[in-house]
Amino acid sequence: MTDTVNVSGSLRNRLTLTLIGGAAMLAALLFFVVRGYAAQIAQQGQDSILEASVMSILDAAILRNGDVEVDFPYASLSMLSTAADDRVFYSIYQDYSLLSGYGDLPHNTGQLGDRMAHKTTQFDDVTVRMATASRMLVGADTRTTISVSVAQTQDALQVTLARISRNVALFGTVFFLLSVLLSFWATATTIRPLQRLTTSVTKRGPKDLSPVASPVPVEMAALVSSLNRLMGRLDTSLKQSEDFIAEAAHRVRTPLATVRSHAEATLQRVDRDENRQALRAMIRAIDESSRAAGQLLDHAMITFRADHLERSEVDLVDLLHELVLRLTPVADMRDINLIITGDRQVIVAGDSILLQNGIRNLIDNALKYSPAESDITIHVTALPTPQIEIRDQGPGFPESDMDKLVSRFSRGDNVKGIIGSGLGLTIAQDVAQAHGGTLTLSNPNGGGACVTFSL
Amino acid sequence: MRYLFALILSLWPFVSGAQDWEDRQLFQAGNTAQTLRILSSTDTSFFAPIIEQFLSDTPAWSVEYLVTTTSDIDRKFRENPDQFDIIISSAMDLQLKLVNDGFALELSGIDHPEWAQWRQRLFAFTTEPAAIVINSRAFKDKTIPQTRQELIHALRQQPDLFRGKLGTYDVRQSGVGYLFATQDARVSETYWRLMEVMGSLNARLYCCSGEMIDDVASGKLLVAYNVLGSYAAARRQKDPRFEIILPSDFPTTMMRTGFVSKATQHVDASERFIQKMIDIQSTDGSTGSSRLPPLDKSLQGTNPSVISLEPALMTYLDGLKRRTFIKEWMSAVVQ
Repeated sequence: MTDTVNVSGSLRNRLTLTLIGGAAMLAALLFFVVRGYAAQIAQQGQDSILEASVMSILDAAILRNGDVEVDFPYASLSMLSTAADDRVFYSIYQDYSLLSGYGDLPHNTGQLGDRMAHKTTQFDDVTVRMATASRMLVGADTRTTISVSVAQTQDALQVTLARISRNVALFGTVFFLLSVLLSFWATATTIRPLQRLTTSVTKRGPKDLSPVASPVPVEMAALVSSLNRLMGRLDTSLKQSEDFIAEAAHRVRTPLATVRSHAEATLQRVDRDENRQALRAMIRAIDESSRAAGQLLDHAMITFRADHLERSEVDLVDLLHELVLRLTPVADMRDINLIITGDRQVIVAGDSILLQNGIRNLIDNALKYSPAESDITIHVTALPTPQIEIRDQGPGFPESDMDKLVSRFSRGDNVKGIIGSGLGLTIAQDVAQAHGGTLTLSNPNGGGACVTFSL
Repeated sequence: MRYLFALILSLWPFVSGAQDWEDRQLFQAGNTAQTLRILSSTDTSFFAPIIEQFLSDTPAWSVEYLVTTTSDIDRKFRENPDQFDIIISSAMDLQLKLVNDGFALELSGIDHPEWAQWRQRLFAFTTEPAAIVINSRAFKDKTIPQTRQELIHALRQQPDLFRGKLGTYDVRQSGVGYLFATQDARVSETYWRLMEVMGSLNARLYCCSGEMIDDVASGKLLVAYNVLGSYAAARRQKDPRFEIILPSDFPTTMMRTGFVSKATQHVDASERFIQKMIDIQSTDGSTGSSRLPPLDKSLQGTNPSVISLEPALMTYLDGLKRRTFIKEWMSAVVQ
């Protein structure tokens, strides 16, 4: 399996960029809308003051002895004072003829009603805002229409608009920056369930194939249910393999044991030498098959377990003592002494079943190749690394192909007469490697073979 | 004959122009190439120190100083805006209207308080109250009136003493007189009562403050109302024959203003002149270099008795308003 994944784009970047882009557009929209609105309101403010000025002049118009008098108050023009000292123009018309004020101010002669009219126009090469209204005066025998226009330049309005634009731009920028922060936060929040799922799947134990139980957002439900189904199928097939291994071990070993016992019983009953000879060969072949089957199953089991190592604290010394105790009957038959030396306690984190299997195979090997009445020394040390050194007084490994010996079904040239499958060293090495260790073979100077199993 | 007529016609403006001026002086008439023409209502003796200081800083220039009445300034300048570089006048309303009508040049380089300038074009440089000037001898044994009300009271008590011996501006002729009158009338009805009393006592009408002060000093007049306080104060230093009263009920205070004509050929020199004038007048007068009262910055434009520079000053310049006001004034004063 490979760790590289075909990556294209990033959900986080895409989401962040979309949100920030949206915020930028909104900020720009806000700027133009608010500024436009403010301009409208500022214009309305100027219009209403112009309107008030026009009305106060109109209100002052009276007919006295047939003559129009417009004694308008000081406030009529005073109210038009602005911070920018805007210029003020006005004109007063009686029935389309100029009564007073600026004659060249554009005069709307067509429209004379009570309605106030506003317009923006040019006067003396500057833009002015003008308000116009008219009123009818009724005398004893005359009626006449007075029309008043008041115009003002827009310097103060421009100053106000510039200030508003500046403020709104500042406001929009702050809004945008806050939105950016918010989009980072929103992205992080959205991505978090995905990260949580990743973390929980990564942190799982080797044999944990249970479905994901913690709640996930609805968008991830399909993914997680697919994942759960996949893990379910994997779990089922792994369980089937384990069952198959156990079943196979049972099915092969039991009939072999039956055959062996029948062969031994028959051996007791036959007297002829050639028959006994044949039966002995048969028993040896059965032993060999049984052992090979056991080792094959061991190996299969190890291969399976190595992928899903179950580490626990194991004391190698205890483990060795237990193994020696189990193998002592076999050793006694050939007067071989099993001697354990070294540290009193060596604690390692490992799979006890695998370790037991691997080390048993090494001691088995040593027993098989040791001559009768010899010693097997098992030396265990904790430092620098936990290691077990097993040394016998047998023929030693063949020098020529020592590195080939640990491969499957390979046996030394000098051991033709001894039962063996060629799997013992392979199993031991698999176990060592599963624990991150090594298996080293050597022929020490004092003769015999030495296997060093270090973790 | 026709040519002679044409010649007379073409020379007439110069002859008549020369005759029109109250005063006309050329400062530093040397071999200088360029001349600033200043059209002013301020008496030459009061304004000369400012011109002289300007010339000492910029000796390459000479200044032609032309004095006439405030209303005459308005008329002459509107006729020939390109003939004059700088316009100085005490009639704030006429000045403001000239600026509003676009005759003034913007001087963006000048830093002046908001309340003392309008549109960065019209710059105030003095603060001058309108004063009542009374003959010292006539009031020797009497309490000197401090308000308009007390003045009315004093006039009514001895009408025979004051008959024909009261003076004030003829608002039909004098721009600044009209400004004082309209501002007084805005503030209080007392103004109209005073005018009626003065009218009933055959008040004499003047074009200018100087003449009123002369007549009060000589005893020809006993009381002159709304005289330019700055002129009176300057005269008072040498002449003890009159007293100056600043009416305590409401002192009307105007600011003398100046602007540069938009049609000027001498933008830089004109701006330098205005700057110099403002500098001199802003130093609290403690240097004594100017004979004009300084711009009183302590007022900060908040004192309501100071006529403020705003478009409303144009109200009484309106033809209809002016006609109404003059009619009312005439019926009070010229009975």
